[in-house]
Amino acid sequence: MSSGTLYDKVWNFHQVKELPGGSTQLFVGLHLIHEVTSPQAFSALNEKNLEVKFPHLTVATVDHIVPTLNQKRPFSDPLAEEMLVTLEKNCKTYGIKFHGIGSNSQGIVHVMAPELGLTQPGMTVACGDSHTSTHGAFGAIAFGIGTSQVRDVLASQSLAMKKLKVRRIWVDGSLQKGVYAKDLILHIIRLLGVKGGVGFAYEFAGPAIEKLSMEGRMTICNMAIEGGARCGYINPDETTFEYLKGKEYSPKGQEWDNAIKWWKSLVSDSKAKFDDEIKVDGSSIEPTVTWGITPGQGISIKEKIPNPKLLPKNEQQIAKDACKYMNLEADQPIEGTSIDVCFIGSCTNGRLSDLQEASKIVKGRKVSDGIRAFVVPGSQKVAKEAKQKGIDKIFLTAGFEWREPGCSMCLAMNPDKLEGRQISASSSNRNFKGRQGSANGRTLLMSPAMVAAAAINGKVTDVRKLLKE
Amino acid sequence: MKQEFPKGEINAITGRSLVIKGDDIDTDRIIPARFLKCVSFSSLGEQVFADDRKELQGKHPFDLDQNQGSNILVVNDNFGCGSSREHAPQALMRWGIRLIIGESFAEIFFGNCLALGIPCMTASKQEITKLQNLVNENSNQIWDFNLKELSISNQKESFRLDLEGGAYKMLYSGKWDATSQLLDAEEKINNTVKNLPYLNNFK
Repeated sequence: MSSGTLYDKVWNFHQVKELPGGSTQLFVGLHLIHEVTSPQAFSALNEKNLEVKFPHLTVATVDHIVPTLNQKRPFSDPLAEEMLVTLEKNCKTYGIKFHGIGSNSQGIVHVMAPELGLTQPGMTVACGDSHTSTHGAFGAIAFGIGTSQVRDVLASQSLAMKKLKVRRIWVDGSLQKGVYAKDLILHIIRLLGVKGGVGFAYEFAGPAIEKLSMEGRMTICNMAIEGGARCGYINPDETTFEYLKGKEYSPKGQEWDNAIKWWKSLVSDSKAKFDDEIKVDGSSIEPTVTWGITPGQGISIKEKIPNPKLLPKNEQQIAKDACKYMNLEADQPIEGTSIDVCFIGSCTNGRLSDLQEASKIVKGRKVSDGIRAFVVPGSQKVAKEAKQKGIDKIFLTAGFEWREPGCSMCLAMNPDKLEGRQISASSSNRNFKGRQGSANGRTLLMSPAMVAAAAINGKVTDVRKLLKE
Repeated sequence: MKQEFPKGEINAITGRSLVIKGDDIDTDRIIPARFLKCVSFSSLGEQVFADDRKELQGKHPFDLDQNQGSNILVVNDNFGCGSSREHAPQALMRWGIRLIIGESFAEIFFGNCLALGIPCMTASKQEITKLQNLVNENSNQIWDFNLKELSISNQKESFRLDLEGGAYKMLYSGKWDATSQLLDAEEKINNTVKNLPYLNNFK
């Protein structure tokens, strides 16, 4: 049993009571909702004649279904429009703050909440989306929930949860130039497997983690779920406080000083006990790309696509399936694999610094002939800041499309989709079969800078070859 | 025909089984994202495994004649990984699935199933393979699931299953629908609120 970790401390603060089933009733400090997983929850609430217990602790936005080319209402897709109208109506009925299209604060839920300062250390955060783990970057305990649980949180501001074990993933050293947070998390998932984290909260710690920006930390925690961990978190430090300072919903004045004192007290003790600990050498990691159909099937840009026969027995079948589905040959280098579509965006890598890093690769170059490449900012704020910095121009000049904010092709619940057997270089989080909107479309996950490099060369490329001094 | 969904204590389930083979079957495959464009779960049953079924042109286990009306699904490792969409268990439930047996389940998927009253039982790889083979040899056989004894059996064979204690108690007592239990603690919820620094101006 872990003790003295941030997870333990936050858990204790939010424990309401023990439930008969052996789980704990846990209070939810921040509940984020969006159009996909909330409508049925509101219906259930309505059927049961229940109210929203603390409407001011729930915050809504729209992200999954929004088109990224033209956001004029009504949306051209009537089903998407109906989902948005339903959310608007529910928010109005129950007095929930809604950050809609044109509010200047709409965006992918895991991008907009942090940038508004809604996500803070020591909170419990829940949202009907598995990538809620993102908010752990602030030292919050944040997890994805299903729609029945969205209903429970609306009704009671709490959840029935079982306490997780805590695994500390200590990352030594520092990332090489051209290696990003995305590479680090793909590397970790490769090491521990896509279900390695089941039953665990992941504490990411160590020198390489401390050196990451808040945006890099969000990328890491965002994909903790892809390693099977229900949540991932990083202890808050000066980087965290610096990011939060002055944000719209951050504490101000005396409250700010008190907040910092409390936040510092939550950090895992030096003598904290973990259920498991592993060490990773951050400086040995190279740009990493997935070649298969789970986020665990990643290799460094220098490696060859594994031969299923040479893998451990329990990985052979899925590797065989993956080679067949991806139409990639075992023992071939991943570098040089031809690409059709390049997508920069998503809750993993649709933040300002992601766009900035990618734009450095793109600047002064052209997208390779025949490649469709596009950038989708994670939020209206990201879009605005990027424009102020002229980042949109860099991409447009190079031949990228510049879109309106939304989840876009990460899961393709909107018009952005792969077609047929197209293969994409994608900065998103999942390479599952059919994930990007075509039943047989293919996805290679990589960092935004690597996607940019792929767009320029028309094939999977070691971004370090395009880095300018 | 109006479907009966799980209610009350889930102590026994009887019916025919079907098999989906493969590790790491994610919720995108169980219900592709484009079907999430809905404000109600009601039509999801028809769309379960839509892309896999299309690809196999009628040969997918969910399309085979002999599997129609089956209510027990036997799967492999890390079933239900990926997205938290409750649409996945909803789609399975609305197709008719009432019990899932597998090597292991992703956590959110497991919790979503529990919230619908669908037990996700586990057994070793070896046992699952054996069970899957038996089911595939004769899809007509009737299986009896007994929660109390943690077993599933036909007339000849019996398999020992596992379920963690909390979920067991919730299904056994019929208290897997958590809302009313959570609402019972109103005073304690209010106390928690009073003691949370960030809800009290960090005083």
